[in-house]
Amino acid sequence: MIYKNKKPLVLFLVPAFAFMVVFLHYPFVMNIFNSFQKIGGLAAPSKGWLDPWYSNYTEMFQDKNVWIALKNTLLLMAATLIFEVGIALVLAILVDQIRIGAKFFRIVYFFPIVISATALGLLFNLIFLMDKGMVNQFMELFGYEGLIDWKAENRALVTMFIPVIWQYVGFYFVILLTGLNNIPADLYEVASIDGANRWQRIRYLTLPLLHNVLCTCVILATTGALKVFDLPWIMFPKGMPQNATWLTSTYMYYHSVETRNTDYGCALAVLIVALGIVAARVVNAIFKEKDY
Amino acid sequence: MNKKKTSYAWMIPVYAILIFWALTTIYPLGWVMMNSFKVKNEIIANSFALPTGELFTLANYKRAFDRVPIFGAYVNSLIVSGTVTFVVMALAGMASFALVRYQFRGSSFLMSVVVASMMFPAFSTIVPVFRMEASWGVVNSSNRWMSLFSCALPQVAGNLSFAIIVLSGYIRSLPLELEEAAFMEGCSALQIFGKIIIPLAKPSFATVAIFSFLWSYNDLFTQTFFLRLPKQWAITRLLKELTAMEGTNYGLMAAAVTIVIVPVIVVYACLQKYIIKGLTAGAIKG
Repeated sequence: MIYKNKKPLVLFLVPAFAFMVVFLHYPFVMNIFNSFQKIGGLAAPSKGWLDPWYSNYTEMFQDKNVWIALKNTLLLMAATLIFEVGIALVLAILVDQIRIGAKFFRIVYFFPIVISATALGLLFNLIFLMDKGMVNQFMELFGYEGLIDWKAENRALVTMFIPVIWQYVGFYFVILLTGLNNIPADLYEVASIDGANRWQRIRYLTLPLLHNVLCTCVILATTGALKVFDLPWIMFPKGMPQNATWLTSTYMYYHSVETRNTDYGCALAVLIVALGIVAARVVNAIFKEKDY
Repeated sequence: MNKKKTSYAWMIPVYAILIFWALTTIYPLGWVMMNSFKVKNEIIANSFALPTGELFTLANYKRAFDRVPIFGAYVNSLIVSGTVTFVVMALAGMASFALVRYQFRGSSFLMSVVVASMMFPAFSTIVPVFRMEASWGVVNSSNRWMSLFSCALPQVAGNLSFAIIVLSGYIRSLPLELEEAAFMEGCSALQIFGKIIIPLAKPSFATVAIFSFLWSYNDLFTQTFFLRLPKQWAITRLLKELTAMEGTNYGLMAAAVTIVIVPVIVVYACLQKYIIKGLTAGAIKG
C-alpha cells in the first residue's frame, strides 16, 4: 500500500546494480573474450584474435606449471576440508562441553582472521626461517641438531598449507559453535537418561544434527581454497622453489602482471572459475543437505 | 542434568587441547612483537628471550619509519577502505530496501543476480576492470587520489552482493507498522528510508561496515594491481614491497608486522563481538 508509487524504485536500485554490471558482470564476460586475444601487458591494447583463437587453452594443457598449480590447488582444497573443518569441529565440540572460558576461546580462535594474510605471510616467513626462525630454535631446544630448510622443495607445500589452514580454523569454529548452540539441551538430557555416554551422544546426536551446518562449512572451505592468494604469494613468490608451489591463483597473477602475457592470465582466470563451479557441484552432490 | 555436565577427569584433556590451540594463535604474535625490539643477531641467537635490558632496541622501528612511508600508507588504507565501506553501505542499503519492500516484476530475478554475483572470484574480473579503468585514465596515473579511487571501485563491486544479502535479510524482519505510520504522517519513500529503515537497521549496517572495511584493508590482490607508485601504496601493499626490499632484515620485518597488526588488535579487542558476527553473518544466513 505505501510502496505503490514505483517511481523511487529506479533511484534506489540503479546505483547498486549499475555498479555490479560495470565492475562485475561486464568484466567477467570481457575476461572470457580477452582470453582469446593477443594482449601484451595489462593496459596494452588488444592486437586482435589469437591464431587459432583457442590457443591459450591448448597451451594450458601443455604447460607443466598449470598441472602443478591444479594439483596443488586440489591438494589445498582437500587439506582445508579435512584439517580446517576437522580441527574446527573438534574445537567446537570441546568448547561446547565447557562452562568456563568458552567466550575467551571464541575470541582467541577467531583472531587470526582479522589480520591481513600479508602480515601473516611475513610472520610465518620468520617462524619457518632456516637460519634460525622460531621452529628451528624450538627443535634446537629439544635437542635436534642441524637446521631444517622448511622451504625446500619436498616440504614447501606443507609449510605453505599450515598458515593458510591455521588462519581460518576460527571461522569454521564460530559457525559450528553457533550450530551446536542451536541444538536443544533437552535432547542431550533424554539421551543420557537413555544411557548414552558422552561419545555416543556426540556420534548419534551432535554430528547428525550438525549435518547441514557442516555442509555449509565444507562448501565455504572448498570454494575458499580457490581464493587463497596473499599468503602463498608472500611466502613463496613465483612458485619458488623450482615451480613447486604454484596455485591457480598465484599462477594467474604471475602471467597477468609479471610476464605481461595478460591473455594467458585471463585464460587461467577462466580455468579458476571452471574449477570453482566443478568443485561446488561435486561437494554439493556428496554432502547433500538433509531435512530432519 | 544438562549437556554441560561436569566430570573433572574429562575436563583436563579438553582444556589441554583448547589451551594448546589458543597458544598457537596467541604465541606467534607475541613472539613477533617481542622480537621487533631486538636486533637481528639476537633474534637468531635466542628468539625466546624477552627484550629486556641490553637486548632492547628501537632501531628496527626507526629504520622502518625511515625506509618506507608507513604513515602515508596508513592514510591511504583509511581512504580506500573508508570509501569502500561508505559506498557499499549506501548503495547496498538503498538496493536492499527497494528489493524487500517494493513488489515489482523481476524482483526475484534481481535477487538471484545478487546471489550469483557473490560467486565471481576477483581473479576473473580484475584484468578487464584494469583495462577499462586504464581507458578512462583513472589507473596508472601519478595522481594519488585517482589511484586510490581506482582501487576502491572494484572493491565496492566485490562487496555489494554480500552486503545486499545481509541487509535485505535484516530489513525484511523489521515490522511494517512504523513505516505505515510514517506514511500516514506524509513521509515520502526517501524519508521513510532515511528516518526509519536506516536507524532501525543499524546493527546490520555495522556488520556490513566491518566486513567491507576489513576485507578491503586486507586485500593485497586488488592493491597490487591498482596502487603502483610508492606514495599510493596502502598498508598491505607496503608490507609486500618491504619484504622484497629488506626480506633478510629480520628485526625490521618483525617491526613491520607489529606496526601493521597492532591497530587491528586494538580494534578487534574493542569490537570483537560485532566483528565475529559480521564476518560469519553471510555464511550462517546463506
